[in-house]
Amino acid sequence: MTAPTTQVPAVRLTAIEKRFGPVRANRGASLEVRQGEIHALVGENGAGKSTLMKILSGAMPCDGGRIEVGGRDVTGWTTAEAIASGVGMVHQHFMLVPTLTVAENVVLGREPVSVGTFDRARAIRDVEQLCEQSGLIVPPDRLVADLSVGEAQRVEILKTLYRGARILLLDEPTAVLSPPEVAELWKVLRRVRDGGATIVLITHKLDEVMNVTEQVTVMRQGETVARFSTASTTPEGIAHAMVGRAVDLSVRAGREGSAVPATPSAPALEVRNLVVRGPRVERAVNDISFTVAPGEIFGIAGVEGNGQTELLEAIAGLRGVTSGRIVLGGADITALGVRARGDAGLSHIPEDRHRRGLILEYSVADNLILGRQHHYQQRGVLDGDAIASNAAAQIAGYDIRPADATLPAQALSGGNQQKIVIAREMSRPFTALLAAQPTRGVDVGAIEFIHDELRKARDAGKAILLVSAELREVLTLADRIAVMYGGKFVTVLPRSEANEEVLGPYMTGAKRESAA
Amino acid sequence: MNARLRATFEEAVLPPLVALAVAFVAGDLLILMYGQAPGAVWRLLFDGTWGKAYGFGQVLYKATTLTCTGLAVAMSLRAGLFNIGAEGQLAAGGFGAAVVGLWLPVGTPAIIAVPLCVMAACLAGGAVGAVPGVLRAKFGAHEVIVTIMSNFIVLALLNYIVSAKLHVPETLHTPAMHAGAVPRLSGVIAGFHGSAANWTIVIVVAACAAAWWYLFRTRAGYELRAVGLQPDAAEYAGVRVGNTWRNALMLSGALAGLGGVNFVLGYKNYYEDGFAGGAGFLGIAVALVGRNHPLGVLLAALFFATLSQGGLAINAMVPKQIVEVLQGIVIIAVATSVPEVRRVLRNAAGKLAGGRA
Repeated sequence: MTAPTTQVPAVRLTAIEKRFGPVRANRGASLEVRQGEIHALVGENGAGKSTLMKILSGAMPCDGGRIEVGGRDVTGWTTAEAIASGVGMVHQHFMLVPTLTVAENVVLGREPVSVGTFDRARAIRDVEQLCEQSGLIVPPDRLVADLSVGEAQRVEILKTLYRGARILLLDEPTAVLSPPEVAELWKVLRRVRDGGATIVLITHKLDEVMNVTEQVTVMRQGETVARFSTASTTPEGIAHAMVGRAVDLSVRAGREGSAVPATPSAPALEVRNLVVRGPRVERAVNDISFTVAPGEIFGIAGVEGNGQTELLEAIAGLRGVTSGRIVLGGADITALGVRARGDAGLSHIPEDRHRRGLILEYSVADNLILGRQHHYQQRGVLDGDAIASNAAAQIAGYDIRPADATLPAQALSGGNQQKIVIAREMSRPFTALLAAQPTRGVDVGAIEFIHDELRKARDAGKAILLVSAELREVLTLADRIAVMYGGKFVTVLPRSEANEEVLGPYMTGAKRESAA
Repeated sequence: MNARLRATFEEAVLPPLVALAVAFVAGDLLILMYGQAPGAVWRLLFDGTWGKAYGFGQVLYKATTLTCTGLAVAMSLRAGLFNIGAEGQLAAGGFGAAVVGLWLPVGTPAIIAVPLCVMAACLAGGAVGAVPGVLRAKFGAHEVIVTIMSNFIVLALLNYIVSAKLHVPETLHTPAMHAGAVPRLSGVIAGFHGSAANWTIVIVVAACAAAWWYLFRTRAGYELRAVGLQPDAAEYAGVRVGNTWRNALMLSGALAGLGGVNFVLGYKNYYEDGFAGGAGFLGIAVALVGRNHPLGVLLAALFFATLSQGGLAINAMVPKQIVEVLQGIVIIAVATSVPEVRRVLRNAAGKLAGGRA
């Protein structure tokens, strides 16, 4: 525990309560952040971190408790009041106008005015000055649409600073960044902190906590269960507090090079010269070829938005291909629809379970047959008994909690929702599995479980194509690793030759070699 | 299971009830403005509808049509589409039934004639619904715009056909059908004498049950609701979203068209220009208040039919337009209260549920 402070804390939240229907997102959560520190707020997904920060930033009211900022009781304030008092939130999802320039985005809502019109020159000057002060370097006259993800995030932070924020709340800022961009962000945050600002960092990545923060508050199931000084704790200690039991982190981070010696058999999944159109780019996937052998996990690393989504959607049949072929177990499936591909032996864990993987209003049982509904019917009528017994088997086999097949999927935690998807896609017969961000937004305990399931499938001779924005996940699981950048594979390496230092430059596009 | 029932009640049943309560209070105020006693007016409204057999028969008759148009709108909403074209589809269904009834030889037995006419009504309504369905599926044309416009086209087209080719002189209706008439309920229950209530109601209640079964027990219904709730997930599940939209709007049109049977086969035995009289549009309100559930639609149709018939009963004390104001209030109250009421109730439920892992 930390030494008691004499100064008034920058933020003090006491006994915060927040309910969403039957779910108590915050249950008497408390948080104390000192002036000028970087404070980590960690916890599994659904632990109530974002809710707590939204309450602090005035974005939503709390049902009970007390909010103090700088010693002043501000319970129940609005976003506008929070901003006026110097509390600003940098959201996970950027809220920028792509057709405006950096400077215009930063000053939006507080535009400098001269003689009743927008003073563009002053806006640019102000933003340049702010860039220099904070070390967040972005050209003020560039269009936001032309920025990289890392740059766009800098603009978000600049925007918050421009409004005079002295207390910055950052919601999982590194989710979309490559390792060098992450390092750059830490540099900036330290500089902003040294300038006197206070920073609360929401994250579930323990290395970030150890790296940049001074204090850690751990949330579990809506409660703040522990508070540490970072220097006096270990990742294991924090993980223990997060899940409420000891977690073997070495399984996550350790090397798992026990690849089954790849028997030189025919590839289970083969992609040949694939070109796929993206929402904005003509060639989001630009002439990619690769094979995945049975009993192999082929991992694709890379910063999000480099064509991974388009590649997987094309293989799954959700997106048309411009040219190229997709071969599954020797059969060309390029012309088949989604359902036919599934029946041909393709399983798919989609990257966004809320958009693709689940129908949140449907019951767990109904979700467990999604995409397989034509196998649970007789002459068009759903077979209720078969659906129920399938649900009972999957709930038991994959430990989905609560074990009630009639609950709507939205009543389950993120980890258990993902288990529904995993159970459905991995319990049916398949040759190849597309696993996109299989552990995104899933708690530490469920990550272990999902990784084990993927390894088990690999060892059973399945071909697995893994796409993850978490470099460590790819390094932990994959037998071969490709880095995708700008719609191409910039390198393909066996696991033994890959590590974060080697792959980092490829992920930013700083380094490239002929694509495999 | 008890908790589940309770949740259903709180989420699905309570909002419409709250809306009704709001409408009643507003109705009280309106009646007071006319210097009448609300109690007396409500009593009159009740006596004129559920209170006597003729009035009740009229309520049943009106509810039959409204159930069809309400089901039509509910079916499209379940697929995530808003069918505003029930008015035109209802008219087309009635016209289809009348033409087939006219085309059949005199003396065709009812067992053959009625099903043929009913099928014609559904096909005609379904055809009108298929147009926005196909345009949506193929070209992404927004179904709200297309269905609104299709009302004008269909109603004008029918008006032209009837007035130019097929009317009885001095009227705007077709000649009487040769076969296919559905008998009135008054043949069995004498008290209904004079009311238009007829056996179509049995067909429509069966359609309600069939719609429920289709939505909640068949694979097509599973896929249709999936498309309505989360089109991307439905696509992931191998559902052809465009085809589902087309089918849903066709089915929706067919259900609206079925409503035409009530007037044509059960009441007048001919098609008359303008018979739909807003029942298609009121179907939107029926679906909203009925929460897109077939049973809810049935109850909501009874409610709106009661208001509509009750307006005639209270006309002596207050203008009958008062019920139209009440209808509007109910619709606005349901449309606005539902998410709000839900949120409040969830919070209350959360308090009751206490600590949940």
